[in-house]
Amino acid sequence: MEMRDLEVHFDLRSSALARLLGSAGETVKAVDGVNVLLRRGEVLGLVGESGSGKTTLGRALLGLVRPTSGQIRYGADDLASLPQRRLRVLRRRLQMVFQDPHAALNPTMDLRTAIGHPLRIHGLVSSRAEARDRVIDALERVGLTPAHQFLDKLPAELSGGQKQRAVIARAIICGPELLVADEPISMLDMSVRAKILELMLDLKRELDLTYVYITHDLATAKFFCDRVAIMYLGRVVELGPTEEIFADPKHPYTRALLGAVPDPDPERRVPRDLPRGEIPDAAAPPHGCSFHPRCPLAFEPCGWEARDLRAMFERRWTRLGEDVFANEQPLVAALDDVKVGDGTARIRVPSNRQVSELAGLMEEAQAETPDDPLWRGVVGVETDDDTVVVRFHEGSDPGLLRSGGVDVACHLHDPRLRPEGAERRG
Amino acid sequence: MTEPVLSVRELRVWYGTEHGPARAVDGVTFDLRPGEVLGLVGESGCGKSTLGRGVLGLLPRGAHLDGEVIYQDRNLVEASAREIQRLRGPELGLIFQEPLTRLNPLLRISEHFEETLKAHEPDLPKGEAKHRSIEVLRAMGIPPTRYRAYPHEFSGGMRQRIMIALALVLRPAFVVADEPTTALDVLVEAQIIGILADLRRNFDTSLLFITHNLGIVAEACDRVAVMYAGRIVEQGPVNDVFARPQHPYTQELLRSTISLSTTGLHYIPGAPPDLINPPSGCRFHPRCPKAMQVCPQRFPERVPVGPQTVECWLHGPDELMPDGGREILVREEITVADEA
Repeated sequence: MEMRDLEVHFDLRSSALARLLGSAGETVKAVDGVNVLLRRGEVLGLVGESGSGKTTLGRALLGLVRPTSGQIRYGADDLASLPQRRLRVLRRRLQMVFQDPHAALNPTMDLRTAIGHPLRIHGLVSSRAEARDRVIDALERVGLTPAHQFLDKLPAELSGGQKQRAVIARAIICGPELLVADEPISMLDMSVRAKILELMLDLKRELDLTYVYITHDLATAKFFCDRVAIMYLGRVVELGPTEEIFADPKHPYTRALLGAVPDPDPERRVPRDLPRGEIPDAAAPPHGCSFHPRCPLAFEPCGWEARDLRAMFERRWTRLGEDVFANEQPLVAALDDVKVGDGTARIRVPSNRQVSELAGLMEEAQAETPDDPLWRGVVGVETDDDTVVVRFHEGSDPGLLRSGGVDVACHLHDPRLRPEGAERRG
Repeated sequence: MTEPVLSVRELRVWYGTEHGPARAVDGVTFDLRPGEVLGLVGESGCGKSTLGRGVLGLLPRGAHLDGEVIYQDRNLVEASAREIQRLRGPELGLIFQEPLTRLNPLLRISEHFEETLKAHEPDLPKGEAKHRSIEVLRAMGIPPTRYRAYPHEFSGGMRQRIMIALALVLRPAFVVADEPTTALDVLVEAQIIGILADLRRNFDTSLLFITHNLGIVAEACDRVAVMYAGRIVEQGPVNDVFARPQHPYTQELLRSTISLSTTGLHYIPGAPPDLINPPSGCRFHPRCPKAMQVCPQRFPERVPVGPQTVECWLHGPDELMPDGGREILVREEITVADEA
């Protein structure tokens, strides 16, 4: 099997109410221009935080959500444009294991019916006895033995690990080629996780499966995947062989993720440098590289904009407290109205304050946090009548570029943009 | 050594069920010292959340509590509901698992704080209440610009910080944090852990940190208590317990954790026992790779091993060991049918 995912571009509309009221609605780029090649027999990890688009991408691979544009090549077909009727036939070969085994099984359906359901839907069996045999075979494959004991059980009678085994049995009963496993072990206890992972590895060998493993857990991804794609805000920011990415993470986001994994070994504990803030609103993603507002290594071309200046003031007030906030906030109130992607911030000073106050404040802020990457992005600060104008460097959106054995979307790894000594800074 | 903030002695919690009493917490003893972070780890169903709530007197109706929870010379187990109600908030705090469902969506953050302060400290001037709230929020990294925002305007991580701030604004001496990072992403989780670990420095608050993630315990806690089937089977300083685990359950749990340095898979066979009808003697013996003849016969004693305290016959005491007790126990085969 070869599945080529040329480009999936997928977006969401805002609420039905907003559309009824006639507003165009915001676009959420859940998956924003992703190119991933999936090889037969490999385990590809889609790794990222919630909101990174990893689940949406996984579902798009199965045709469960329709891409807005782009193609998903699967054999001779393009899943992105295939009519629903033909997709249904293909789903026999493409299956999914869901995150929450407690919710993925119908509580009123015994295992015989639940696991045999796909067989009926796809018309793969002609008699009840045949269906029963296939279900027993699937149960045995996932280790729910003796199988006849489990046939008539309801999900409520099973433990978490057993339920997940049942979900996997249902996914493999039609003889799929590709399994998309969306956080299959994150709801399970520590002592069971390893068992389910081991089962998945065994099945992969026995049934010649290909996996897409969606997770936010880097530790299991490192163990389980052949290749990983690190996702951030709908984009793949780093893609390559697992070993290489974990040994030498290139993208600052990958480094941050790796640094954040808690390690139970007290000997290996390291002081960590976490990126500030949180994953931004996908409806209004940052200009340029989506990670730049949080990136400790961001520099001139990363996409600085007026919103970053506002964020800088928020950090300043969080540090310095209520009185500083009360004094400075009115001065820069104009920043509340900045638009997405403004390359210039024009801050008009209110009539009862002096423009020199604001100019002084800008200098003070920079002197207080000279290492804030934001200042690398500022071209100049000028005073124009009652307005302070802050200009930013022009930013661009980093694309995936080859760097060593991996692909990485970061200007630091672009030889045309990389400043002198940037490698050292990392 | 300083006096503990909280002393728990032989605490038991039963729940009445159709099939008889479920002993969710069954004789637990520990101390929490000022400014200390105690991690409470175990698999789901081991009673760790029940223990956390039992300490605060927040158990559902039908639960029975027995033993001692000594806080400021008072036994909270025997205290009246009203008395505990008065302590909760200014003295004893709780940080919940799901920040998304614990804030009122119709109230601004400022209102959450001002209402909390008004309920517990009615004499506090309004300006002072605002000042204190903003200060605590700042310590949690919430900018003052967001003080009047609504809960939905915050991300999950920010909401959890607000919840923590809300528990701390009353300056409690002791806080139970029940899986405070479970619903959060790795980076946010690491930020929250950092904040909780800093608590002892900034607020001098003692923390009972309930989690199933051993990595988090290693990061954030001073001491750890490992729970299995309602009992604390091992407790001690984090570094000692993780470097030299003494109880076979702790050893197995550490081995089965998947970390960045994992190269092979390991797991504990079987499932945690039924709390209504637990195994005789040591509750871990049916799954224990080192089980001996004595294990199903007699309840293990609490034995000090170095800086740790362990409930396991491997560590004696020898004078109580019956003849032939150290012989290896032949275990029944555990099938997937019994797994967790």
